[in-house]
Amino acid sequence: MMIDGDPATSIAFSTRGLTKTYGQGDAAVHALRGVDLDIPKGEIVVLLGPSGSGKSTLLNIIGGLDRASKGDAFFEGKNLSQMSDRDLTLYRRDHVGFVFQFYNLMPSLTARENVELVTEIAQNPMQVEEALQMVGLGARMDHFPAQMSGGEQQRVAIARAIAKNPTVLFCDEPTGALDSTTGRSVLHVINDVNRRLGATVMIVTHAAATAQMAHRVVHFADGAIRSMQENAHRVSPDEIEW
Amino acid sequence: MRLNGNGMNALDRKLMRDFWRIRGQAGAIALVVAVGVLLQVMMTGMISSLENTRRAYYERSRLAEVFAPVTRAPRNLLESLGDIPGVDAVEGRVQGGALVDVAGQDLPVRAQVVSLPAWREPRLNRVSLAEGQMPRAGRSEEVLLLRSFAEAHDLGLGDELGATMHGARRDFRIVGIAQSPEFLFTTAPGEFVPDDARFAVLWMNQDALEAAYDLKGAFNEALLSLERGAQIEPVLTAVDAQLARYGGLGAYGLADQMSNRFVSEEIAALTTISSVIPPIFMGVAAFLLYIVVSRMVQAEREQIGLIKAFGYTNLEVSLHYLKLVVFIALAGAVIGCVGGVWAGRFMAGVYQSIYHFPYLIFRVEPASFVVGVFISVMAAAAGGVFVLRQVFFLTPAVAMRPPAPADFSRTGALNDRLKRWLDQPSRMVLRRVLRNPGRILGAVMGIAAGMGLSSAQMSVMSGFSSALDISFGVIDRSDVAVSFFEQMPDRAAFDLAHMPGVVEVEPTRAVSAVLRNGTQSYRGGITGLITEARLNRAVDAEMNTILMPEHGIVLSSVLADILAVGAGDTIVAEVLEGRRPVLELRVAQVADTQLGAPAFMHIDALNRAMNEPGRISGAFLRVDANAYPRLFDALKDVPSVAAVTRQADSRNAMKELMDTGAGTMRYVMAAIAAIITFGIVYNSARISFGEQSRDLASLRVMGFTQGEAAFILLGELAIVVLLAVPLGVGIGYGLSFLVAAGFSTDIYQIPTGFQPEAFGVAGLAVVGASVVSGWLVKRDIEKVDLVATLKTRE
Repeated sequence: MMIDGDPATSIAFSTRGLTKTYGQGDAAVHALRGVDLDIPKGEIVVLLGPSGSGKSTLLNIIGGLDRASKGDAFFEGKNLSQMSDRDLTLYRRDHVGFVFQFYNLMPSLTARENVELVTEIAQNPMQVEEALQMVGLGARMDHFPAQMSGGEQQRVAIARAIAKNPTVLFCDEPTGALDSTTGRSVLHVINDVNRRLGATVMIVTHAAATAQMAHRVVHFADGAIRSMQENAHRVSPDEIEW
Repeated sequence: MRLNGNGMNALDRKLMRDFWRIRGQAGAIALVVAVGVLLQVMMTGMISSLENTRRAYYERSRLAEVFAPVTRAPRNLLESLGDIPGVDAVEGRVQGGALVDVAGQDLPVRAQVVSLPAWREPRLNRVSLAEGQMPRAGRSEEVLLLRSFAEAHDLGLGDELGATMHGARRDFRIVGIAQSPEFLFTTAPGEFVPDDARFAVLWMNQDALEAAYDLKGAFNEALLSLERGAQIEPVLTAVDAQLARYGGLGAYGLADQMSNRFVSEEIAALTTISSVIPPIFMGVAAFLLYIVVSRMVQAEREQIGLIKAFGYTNLEVSLHYLKLVVFIALAGAVIGCVGGVWAGRFMAGVYQSIYHFPYLIFRVEPASFVVGVFISVMAAAAGGVFVLRQVFFLTPAVAMRPPAPADFSRTGALNDRLKRWLDQPSRMVLRRVLRNPGRILGAVMGIAAGMGLSSAQMSVMSGFSSALDISFGVIDRSDVAVSFFEQMPDRAAFDLAHMPGVVEVEPTRAVSAVLRNGTQSYRGGITGLITEARLNRAVDAEMNTILMPEHGIVLSSVLADILAVGAGDTIVAEVLEGRRPVLELRVAQVADTQLGAPAFMHIDALNRAMNEPGRISGAFLRVDANAYPRLFDALKDVPSVAAVTRQADSRNAMKELMDTGAGTMRYVMAAIAAIITFGIVYNSARISFGEQSRDLASLRVMGFTQGEAAFILLGELAIVVLLAVPLGVGIGYGLSFLVAAGFSTDIYQIPTGFQPEAFGVAGLAVVGASVVSGWLVKRDIEKVDLVATLKTRE
């Protein structure tokens, strides 16, 4: 599943023989079994597959949240597997935005402040208002999470993830806790972020329909890539059938 | 509710498993309860055991209820003393002072010698033999020696003992080692503090003692016991009236008897502690239970919803959690009861040796079990009830949804002002604090109370040592105090000045007296001082020497309090010696003293009042340190010298008194308070971590370093500690007055005042506990599994 071209300029991520094993002996769970993958910059990539197929594990490792048992993962040519914890922290701080199924906002901070949390430590952040306007929450900036719906909270989480102008945006089941209308609007925002910021977006999801908006779809099964295809005809999130 | 085969319903089995799951925390809380109950059971048991033992021992030894010293009264007077209404039994005896030579001691030891009637047991104040036998009739060289003194100097049966009595030196042989309820604590006349090693009691045949003190056919102390229910005051008056013309020195009751007073003071101190300390533990336990169960209900909201959805009532669900709380409290109470009995038995051994009781059986006060269990269950239930409100308000549907984010919108008011100078992490910390003011306040109060308790204890301890420094360094600057058997012409001071090593001599005259102001009275004495004393002084609050006025009296502040008078008021002094004048004296000034409750007059004014000009009863000396042995040797040969006291010995005895008995409790309390403080600090940190682990994981994912994430967690702890420390200082300062008042007696006063070092140490201990707790919790932050935390719902 490798792509030709200059890896330093056109490839955001590449993995070589990436393996992750939990536990030992008979109880060992092989979450990833030697994955080789290249993700071009600026694409929306959707990772599909059943539970336990390894797609989230891959996301966590290239997102700098977890370490591989074996093999290498490169971000813009830098080997994540060889980074110290501190370097991984800085990698996340400077390049990566995360969106999770459960929004994980700070309940004690308003929408604006949740975003400021990131802009205060990022190297090249956008204006907080701009980030919130991008997700359509310009009017609710001073609300606390408790005062928002699930969709709104998830949009704050996205605003928080993109406010640093991330190089890559990782979304793990971003619509998993949302109804279809809200889910669609969240996907719309993600699509927008990719288009306007040029960030590489990786989405892990159960919802196969999400794949219609991707540039590239990767199918996972049993810790390995089953197939990868490029979408010749991308569909706007508004038109996705659930 | 139907039961399954095990006789236990499903909820109860859940209870058992929950209990097992939180066993660490439950155990810690049960231990706090246990310590409270343990102290309660132990101390109430100790108090009642001491009181019972004392009563039984007094009864068995037929301890007199009235002591009537007299200069010299004929034996036939005893019969008419026995006729006084309310008097049950009478005994007359001879007793007097002596100086005992003990091998290896450069200083002669003061002793009291007490007569034993020949051929019969004393009717009152019987002695019990620990070993040996009673002196045989006609054997004037045979003596009994007080057991505590014998043990302090390793003296035993058959040992020889030299003593100077009434100016004549005699040799004795120890034939028995004895104990007496009259001398549980032995205190030399004129000293404040009991000291086993520095005061001896000898019993010998009455004939021999009458001969030694030139009291043939006479007695110089009458002992009386009272009929059941008899009033003591009329008896004292009647006895004084009968003894007046024989030089009666004023009859007094058992309550004023020195040894008994010490035992009473100790019991009173224990009572004070036992009423203050255990409730604090219960409060802390209730608070911890509230926190733990509250967390548990939060975490189990889905289960609660489910159980309610099955059709369990609010009451049944609430009872389920209440059972858990009560179970923990009961476990603690049972451990506390068992531990209390065990600790009580142990302390009984310690107390027996301090109090010199021949036996001390620790008797559990059954009521203390009931009280202990009841209080702990109530405290736990109080903590639980707040939590149960949460259970009641959970509807099944709400419980089955993931919790909404905690609502912080009400804390937003401060936004605009805060925003300018607070970054987001600081705002998170502050908002959490503002959102849970109750819990933060609880933690602050808990830490402050713990810190206050330990700082008060320490403050009182250091207050006491500064009292010693002031008493023996500033007020009394003498090295040695000498007293005579009877008052001497003032040239005796001149003789002392010529003894080896003596640098300075200051004469003094002391008389015993009862001081009265209306119904208030104090049995003590008046000390006559020269105009401007330099060695043993009366000082004002600024530690300046008070010049002795030509007329009037200077009272110590304690005595002024006891008599409820101030400068300018007039008191009555009934002198109990010589011609026994009754003096009306104006209080010229109130002096600042910390040991005893003395009263001072100009020595010349006192002598004038006594009609005995130019007399002294003792002197204070400043001595060249190298000359002590020669000086003491020389003093041994002066027959008129009744006592020689090295001030350093008095000081040590005082210090030891504070460190034993009820004094030990102070150290125990300070230590326990410190442990509790740490417990609350650590628990607060842990709970805060438990509640925020998801936030912390989010921050780490966003690229915050461990240190930055820890700031948010520890920031809250820091705020709690910053609030708690000054509050703890305040509480400690307030408590120190209570503790000091509880421990102060008219024998010694514990000064209170701001003791910076005590509060500094306690504050540092709290900060130290926070740093350690913070470090322990920070290790947990490092271990957080980012992915797992973020992907599970709360």
